[in-house]
Amino acid sequence: MTVNNRPGVLNRITGLFTKRHYNIESITVGQTETEGISRMTFVVNVEDERTAEQITKQLNKQIDVLKVNDITDQAIVARELALVKVSAPPSVRQEIYTLIEPFRASIVDVSRDSVVIQVTGEPTKVEALIDLLKPYGIKEVARTGTTAFTRSSQKAAASYKTAFII
Amino acid sequence: MKKGGTAERKPFRPFDLALAGRNGVKRFFHCFYKIEEEGWSMEKMKVEEKRGQKTKMNGALMLIEALKAENVEVIFGYPGGAVLPIYDKLYDSGIFHVLTRHEQGAIHAAEGYARISGKPGVVIATSGPGATNIVTGLTDAMMDSLPLIVFTGQVASNVIGSDAFQEADVVGITMPITKHSYQVRDVQELPKIIKEAFHIATTGRPGPVLIDIPKDMTTLEGEFDYEQDIHLPGYQPTTQPNHLQIRKLVEAVSQAKKPVILAGAGVLHANASQELQRYAEQQKIPVAHTLLGLGGFPADHPLFLGMAGMHGTYTANMALYECDLLINIGARFDDRVTGNLKCFAPKAVVAHIDIDPAEIGKNVPTKIPIVSDAKEALKELIHQEGKPGDTAAWLAQLEGWKREFPLGYKNDTHAVKPQKLIEIIYELTNGEAIVTTDVGQHQMWAAQYYKFNQPHRWVTSGGLGTMGFGLPAAIGAQLANRGATVVSIVGDGGFQMTLQELSVIQELNLPIKIVIVNNQALGMVRQWQELFYEKRYSHSLIPNQPDFVKLAEAYNIKAFRAKTEEEARTVLQQAFALKEPVLLDFHVAADENVYPMVAPGKGLHEMVGVKLCEESLQ
Ligand SMILES: Cc1ncc(C[n+]2csc(CCOP(=O)(O)OP(=O)(O)O)c2C)c(N)n1
Ligand SMILES: [Mg+2]
Repeated sequence: MTVNNRPGVLNRITGLFTKRHYNIESITVGQTETEGISRMTFVVNVEDERTAEQITKQLNKQIDVLKVNDITDQAIVARELALVKVSAPPSVRQEIYTLIEPFRASIVDVSRDSVVIQVTGEPTKVEALIDLLKPYGIKEVARTGTTAFTRSSQKAAASYKTAFII
Repeated sequence: MKKGGTAERKPFRPFDLALAGRNGVKRFFHCFYKIEEEGWSMEKMKVEEKRGQKTKMNGALMLIEALKAENVEVIFGYPGGAVLPIYDKLYDSGIFHVLTRHEQGAIHAAEGYARISGKPGVVIATSGPGATNIVTGLTDAMMDSLPLIVFTGQVASNVIGSDAFQEADVVGITMPITKHSYQVRDVQELPKIIKEAFHIATTGRPGPVLIDIPKDMTTLEGEFDYEQDIHLPGYQPTTQPNHLQIRKLVEAVSQAKKPVILAGAGVLHANASQELQRYAEQQKIPVAHTLLGLGGFPADHPLFLGMAGMHGTYTANMALYECDLLINIGARFDDRVTGNLKCFAPKAVVAHIDIDPAEIGKNVPTKIPIVSDAKEALKELIHQEGKPGDTAAWLAQLEGWKREFPLGYKNDTHAVKPQKLIEIIYELTNGEAIVTTDVGQHQMWAAQYYKFNQPHRWVTSGGLGTMGFGLPAAIGAQLANRGATVVSIVGDGGFQMTLQELSVIQELNLPIKIVIVNNQALGMVRQWQELFYEKRYSHSLIPNQPDFVKLAEAYNIKAFRAKTEEEARTVLQQAFALKEPVLLDFHVAADENVYPMVAPGKGLHEMVGVKLCEESLQ
């Protein structure tokens, strides 16, 4: 979804979700290539097609909303970033390094007994890594929420159970 | 943090963010804000380029000039600290301002004005409590799609956010109950904002637009330019119907054996009553109205079925239940109209004409969606001259129902029956009055027994059901049509919520006839308790009342009391003969209920209290 970068726009949008009783799973906001225009990506849990359609229509009614696309059924590139602080005494540190490698995650901060891991990717991948790290003792997790693009070539549509609205 | 800060942020490295801690996060937000400001100054530059030699003036005067440019003939408002500069410019502006006695009165009056005139109602309230007092009216206008321009004062820009005296986050509070809202951050933007606000409030699906004006914005000077074009890429209402969908509907009508039109206030907003009648006659389709739509189609027309919904007529509700094609024009399938959705129009193909695409398919699955202004769609439908369906049998069946199950009540008490009271008012005003109501039983009786043959005569609070609406709304309605007979039908409960506006009625000598349907109860609540809570009348009986006649006299308003049908007729005749305000306190039969009724959770075909007419002693 693209919106005018005006004061209160984010409020308007999240307020609308509250008013209409929609559950936001995640929301990301940032500037686009055009000055004064921002892009928001929402992941919303919906029960049916009709609700998804309603969300799109209600968002479209906002004066500062320029465009809404429901990209759930399209081929998309969806990415999330997470920072995970795991307790890592020197004895298991090497093990953790090996574990995160296939995820192309990296260590971005190290202290005596913990490390901070940064992982980027599809939300499912992020989730998988967090699950794998759990046994080591997760101290903190910060996730950005999902941002997404539609792919330039629309082939096989991925099937998500949640709706992406961008 | 200037440009550098923005640039620094670009290669967004979460690493930095994590290490930066609280301060870093704060800085991050600051950058974001700066970007917004850049956006604003860009706009400013564009405006400056365009502006020729325009006069300089302060924000308050800009506001007045803008209202003049919009041909605003009346403002409803209440002054206070934050709007003093505006009131100062208002002083010798020549614009008519009505000082209501409460801000809620101002906004309901503006709603009444908008409903009757078709023009936006303009409201001014001061910051803090002035602004919070209009919250109910904003919600009401939002629900019933009434165009309003509401100016609220705000504390000065430099103290916003500091819990300053009479500061309230009005834009935040009103976000979900306005069609759009603004806070003025640069006096140079004010004319543009006002112009946009009028455009947004009155086009598409109408609604209230709020403009929050920090006090300094009214005293700072800028150049006034009201000639700018409106540029709102995110707001482009569709007003012309899609041809393909129109064709689909024409086909569906030709094939339908049991079609029915459900017409809402969208028909009134679009001024499409004549088109509705022509179309219904051309295609021989019967018409039912929603509460808010009343008057859109003549009540005495053979194709009219009455009001649909919770207290609708048997025929209208059964028509919606039995129909094979349901054409909704400008109604939003409110739950009070549909009853239980599971058994709503179970056999029908649904077509829906609405200017708001979000209403189509929201509650009822819709086969033929037509996003359009009601008038444009109806014009197109008439133009198509489709072959009418074979509806003779259906119309005969509906005629039979109308005859067999009309609205009715037992006229069997010494005290005048409230239904009878409305019938007498209807008779004495030739059905031509503007009727405003409050909310409750009297509202339903007014809707049932005052038969509107003309559009724009009916002012009631539908979606929000706001008690206290009726009396101030009558002020606005009378100002919108000074020659009309205005009757404000209110309950003894709701009247007491905004009765302070009697003072305005007296001051302006508005010849409004105030009819209190006095059942010494919060009647509608009492009815529900009788029917669904074993007659446990918890806080719904109010035998303790002021003497309404004396109360009116305190305001120098003539007043009469009546208890029987004869007395009622006599005092009404007297009242209508007077060209001044009159308050009438009718002690009606107190335990009367509104019927027919679709109980909550039931379908429209499960009405109770349909057969009362048969036992009618009239
Ligand atoms: C502001 C507000 N508060 C409460 C209600 C709930 N309510 C609906 S009808 C009603 C009773 C209204 O009583 P009265 O004005 O005497 O009208 P009556 O039903 O007796 O005709 C109440 C309390 C409401 N609609 N609005
Ligand atoms: Mg009452």
